[in-house]
Amino acid sequence: MKVVLLEDIGQGATAAFESMGRFTFLVRSTLVWALRAPIEWRQVLIQMQRIGVESLPVTTMTTFFTGMVLALQSGASSKHFFNEPLFVGTVVSFAMVMELGPVMTALVVSGRAGAAIAAELGTMKVTEQIDALYTLGTDPIRYLVIPRVLAFLLVLPLLTVLSDFSGIIGGWVVSSVKLDIPAGVYAADIFGNMEIRHFMHGFLKTFVFAGIISFISCFKGITTTGGAEGVGKSTTAAVVLSMVAVLIMDYFVTAILSAVGIT
Amino acid sequence: MIAAVGVKKSYPGRPVLRGVDLTVRDGETLAVIGGSGCGKSTLLKCVIGLVRPDAGAITVDGTDITRLTREIEVAQYRRRFGYLFQEAALFDSLSVWENVTFGLRYLTNIPSARYRAIARDKLALVGLKDVEDMKPAELSGGMKKRVALARAIAAEPAYILYDEPTTGLDPIMSDIISDLILDLQKALKTTAIVVTHDMKSAYKVASRIAMIHEGRVLAADRPEAIRASQDPYVHQFVEGLSQGPIQMKLKEFEPEVGR
Repeated sequence: MKVVLLEDIGQGATAAFESMGRFTFLVRSTLVWALRAPIEWRQVLIQMQRIGVESLPVTTMTTFFTGMVLALQSGASSKHFFNEPLFVGTVVSFAMVMELGPVMTALVVSGRAGAAIAAELGTMKVTEQIDALYTLGTDPIRYLVIPRVLAFLLVLPLLTVLSDFSGIIGGWVVSSVKLDIPAGVYAADIFGNMEIRHFMHGFLKTFVFAGIISFISCFKGITTTGGAEGVGKSTTAAVVLSMVAVLIMDYFVTAILSAVGIT
Repeated sequence: MIAAVGVKKSYPGRPVLRGVDLTVRDGETLAVIGGSGCGKSTLLKCVIGLVRPDAGAITVDGTDITRLTREIEVAQYRRRFGYLFQEAALFDSLSVWENVTFGLRYLTNIPSARYRAIARDKLALVGLKDVEDMKPAELSGGMKKRVALARAIAAEPAYILYDEPTTGLDPIMSDIISDLILDLQKALKTTAIVVTHDMKSAYKVASRIAMIHEGRVLAADRPEAIRASQDPYVHQFVEGLSQGPIQMKLKEFEPEVGR
């Protein structure tokens, strides 16, 4: 019994290390191919459309409501302490721009586009389309991975900026309708306190998140085995891993940015 | 010429190829036959470098694929092959003509303005017309195989590897695909390996037949010699007999009689 348990632990650990090794290899190969071979810009544009344009409605809607909730919560809290809603614009804008905009957008996009990438590449793997790429003179890294990673790096920051705006507008709607804060005061709360470094704090994070989601989704896709069931497993794993990795890395990136003064 | 010597390949807990020795001469069509899971598709993937053997050598025109380590060298090596996948493996997101000419961008210097005309020509070679703008999902199984065949020959390779070209097709379409392979071999004068367990197709297309059983080559000879073989394994397989030395599981478990 003990031996079986040890064997299971050993096999699990070996599989985890092997997986990490293969993931590192994928990242390395992507960098090598990106420098060596011409970029497939047509594929990049197609992916930008799928990851960016098609995610836009859901990311802006999500962050719009997040901004509304933030305004409602912070307004109620400050009313409780100061008898009037103070600095609602400041709270909403700082929370959105530095933290919630980038994180919420990354989570929503990983659920939408990350899952789609893992499912598409997983299906291509189990139907031998990935092998077909090799036999036709190209490589899945070059034709599939690089365009998706590049598209993510180009599109996620833009989506995040739009999410930031959407959240702030959501907060403004609640501030003016529910809390009776004049638009001028709401804007002054934002622009009187926010500096470019606050914006950069959130903006820079998005590149890390884009890398995490795109690489994990591509990796899970092209390492799929086991038919339709395997595709389902890969897709779930891609989304769960991406979301957890985004939330964990968010702490470390925040710590690094704070340490170098971008906060 | 393709020469495989002592090729071994195992997947975790399961040896697939146990030392395959096989030669494919220039201009011939070698049919590789054998039961499901005997390792014939793995052998084909080893030849084109999609699967790396654990041991042995596969030499094509003097280049041993098992010794190539750099991706660029492997890519160069693969240029001489066209590969027809078992399930066609067409790219779902691309139209038929884009599928057919997909490899030309990477394998040739042909200007892209000529791709559509080339696609039309190659599709005509496999007997298809007016399907250029269709998507793979709109095609029947036989049409998909033909498009995949057109894609495999588009860059005019010296070798064509066919992985179960007639599997999953009705008998008539199987025969049509076999005729097509035969015509293409004559027209293009390529060397080919056809992996199949369809004996009718093997007899029709092959200039030589090799039988693989339990990861080894059991026999390799002219089709008529294979058909007349007295080897009990070969005889059982080519005749499709359930009784014989090749044991296949009928059921996953046998009920215990008398309880």
